[in-house]
Amino acid sequence: MNLPFAVTLGPGSSRADHTGAWRTERAVYVQRTAPCGNACPAGEDVRSWLYDAESGGAGYEAAWRRIMETNPFPAVCGRVCYHPCETACNRGHLDEAVGINSVERFLGDEALAQGWRVEATAAPTGRRVLVVGSGPAGLSAAYHLARRGHAVTVRESAPVAGGMMRYGIPRYRLPREVLDAEIRRLLALGIQLEVDTPVTDLDAVMEAEGWDAAFLAVGAQLGHRTYLPAASAARILDAVSLLHGLEEGERPLLGRRVAVYGGGNTAVDAARTARRLGASDAVVVYRRTRERMPAHAEEVADAEAEGVVFHWLSTIERVEPEGLVIERMELDEDGFPRLTGRTERLAADSVVLALGQDTDLSFLGEASALRVSDGTIDTDRAFATTRPGVFAGGDVVAGERSVTIAIGHGRRAAESIDDWLAGRPPAPEADVDLAPYEALNTWYFQDADRAHRERLELARRSSTFDEVVHGLDRETALYEARRCLSCGSCFSCDNCYAMCPDDAVIKLGPPGEYVIDLDYCKGCGLCVQECPAGAIVMVPEET
Amino acid sequence: MTTTPLRLYQVGTFAAGNRLLDPSERTVQSSADRASSITSGHRACRGCGEALAARVVMDAAMRATGGRLVTVNATGCLEVFSTPFPESAWQVPWLHSLFGNAAAVASGVAAAMRATGRDDVRVLAQAGDGGTVDIGLGCLSGMFERNDDVLFVCYDNQGYMNTGVQRSGATPAGASTANTRPVGSGIGNAFGTGKNLPRIAMAHEIPYVATATIADLHDLEAKVTSAMSRRGARYLHVLVPCPLGWGSDASDTVRVARLATQSGLFPVFEAEHGTVTQVTPIRRRVPVEEYLRLQTRFRHLFTEPGRPDVVAALQAQADRDIARYGLDPEEES
Repeated sequence: MNLPFAVTLGPGSSRADHTGAWRTERAVYVQRTAPCGNACPAGEDVRSWLYDAESGGAGYEAAWRRIMETNPFPAVCGRVCYHPCETACNRGHLDEAVGINSVERFLGDEALAQGWRVEATAAPTGRRVLVVGSGPAGLSAAYHLARRGHAVTVRESAPVAGGMMRYGIPRYRLPREVLDAEIRRLLALGIQLEVDTPVTDLDAVMEAEGWDAAFLAVGAQLGHRTYLPAASAARILDAVSLLHGLEEGERPLLGRRVAVYGGGNTAVDAARTARRLGASDAVVVYRRTRERMPAHAEEVADAEAEGVVFHWLSTIERVEPEGLVIERMELDEDGFPRLTGRTERLAADSVVLALGQDTDLSFLGEASALRVSDGTIDTDRAFATTRPGVFAGGDVVAGERSVTIAIGHGRRAAESIDDWLAGRPPAPEADVDLAPYEALNTWYFQDADRAHRERLELARRSSTFDEVVHGLDRETALYEARRCLSCGSCFSCDNCYAMCPDDAVIKLGPPGEYVIDLDYCKGCGLCVQECPAGAIVMVPEET
Repeated sequence: MTTTPLRLYQVGTFAAGNRLLDPSERTVQSSADRASSITSGHRACRGCGEALAARVVMDAAMRATGGRLVTVNATGCLEVFSTPFPESAWQVPWLHSLFGNAAAVASGVAAAMRATGRDDVRVLAQAGDGGTVDIGLGCLSGMFERNDDVLFVCYDNQGYMNTGVQRSGATPAGASTANTRPVGSGIGNAFGTGKNLPRIAMAHEIPYVATATIADLHDLEAKVTSAMSRRGARYLHVLVPCPLGWGSDASDTVRVARLATQSGLFPVFEAEHGTVTQVTPIRRRVPVEEYLRLQTRFRHLFTEPGRPDVVAALQAQADRDIARYGLDPEEES
């Protein structure tokens, strides 16, 4: 070394000193599962598409495409999904959950406005799959099967596709232009739709037409009936038929005073529909309390705003020509409702029963090898029935029922059918490493109140079937997407890189890409503590 | 349609960087081309607040001066851990002074620059709280009085740490150190002692005095940048938690600094020519106890039977400063 006059030793660099040797624990970047995506019945990777959407502009299309990897109905779900993602959202602990559902709707509407489309991801396989039923489960399965290159035919008994999305959900929650557009886009993948074509004998169809596999998604179309002592003049209908008939252009005669019996979302839909059909009194009679009602709280609040009245802890004892006799209930110590013997009268011109829905499995025929229990088709984890090559999902199988759940069934069944056609064993279920709220460092997130969607003015909500809930505009959708805390996933805030006292975090350049220089990392854990997203953990060194 | 004006969101405001922010709004520390003025391999303790602060301050000063910067470093932790012979972690021209004369040496460097007509090369002096408030106070006061063109940065870890955690004039009341144990009727530093150097500096009516912590890199860097945009004597006082001397977890260094500000125990402000011109408001106010409990130097306040009187006195101190500087926006309104 060429040293200046009188200097005998040049400066060495501290980098010769590998202080990483002090370490007993090391920091490791991880990608944990966010609660939102974990809770999504359709299986959407919510955090990832929110991340895309946060960029705005081209990010919207990327976000939409990511949703479409799992769910072909973002505009529908952005309206009718009961968003368990938001219930699970960690931001709920901080202020209020991210409005995931409203961002999804924005992306879905944006896609329809821009005409974005998706293509198949695989070359044609030459395999033919029959889907029975064109509701959310059937269409979702058809979509995923078609994208995997299979030739799919959907048979539908009704004159128009959509199932419960069309015949069960009123227009004021789901405008038909939106539903039609998403179905059209889906069918454009080359899916054959045969409407007005009920499958009446599955065995015969399978044998005669040589399908490689079938997916049964016929739904639960029958209103559950119960015995009510009723005078002959009493007008009793069921909610499913009411909503179905309405969609086919009927205008049922409900009278001025309508009582709805039940506590689910369908009961609320029926009551809100009755108001729109001119009923001055729409009363929901339910035997438990508001807290125990299965209907979604937001639906109940909307209904109340529209003048629907709820009679909690009440059961219908009998129906008389002039109205109902209601018996009051009370909750016992275990929270179960029991009869009190106290009755009261409720004037009503008609009674709508909304007590749940049953399946119609007559198309399975007598000789079917399919096992059925309690009116639903038995399936395994992969949605396979007991008959090889035949799968089932949606409302026709046991379990909770919703549009989003059905869409999830359709996707997972399509994956199983694809596996089955290829002779692959089903993929094992992955372990979930959930990012808890406690893993976040919320100091770094700015206070940002949730943006709520506006609603149609009340006057129009009792006289028209116009959509009640409005969408978000571009700016607000962007704002709402950016409220995401990115639980368990790096979003390149640079805190780890900026705050390492040992300059031992290397920023590689592309967003989210850092490495820890283990020659110098002393394992202090500062980066773990200051990571807003909980995406770094400490792992003990081997000794 | 609902319209909400798009404000800074997510971590844009409070984290070091963000992929969606304009690079000019991100911190220097988030940039891949930062100077990293103090590089890896130094021998600071795990989670050292001073090592972090020194890099943040120096990198910001390097950016502000276009890399034309000389630094003078008093004896102390920073000097000891960064330059064990024959190695150095410094990536900038660096001079080591005695414990007490960093301000004088820096004044000399500034004078030399002036004498050689190099007004482009700037001078930054660094010292710990011992070298600033105790041993170096005379030289520093002289530097202030002469208004020499130097930014003097004090990394305040509230004690003599590498020599074994002895009390300094910056050690807070109630804290236990190696040589405060037997003082008075109980454990811990006595009330009514110590020196508030930012206020002493302000009393000199120099062009710029500021306080900051490593809990807010945007704020710390902005103050360095502001200081380097001015001429004359400037003083920056940076709170740097010390896991060793404070008995806090190595991973909690930034958190402890944050709680010092959010409790009101460490007011963050700027002053020009002796007058406070800007304060950093408290965002989420916490009781001092939340700050104290993370540090074993205050453990004696909480072990049975406890010293609620001392905690209350510290809370009163925080409340006084919150009122004095107007740190709590809610209290203001």
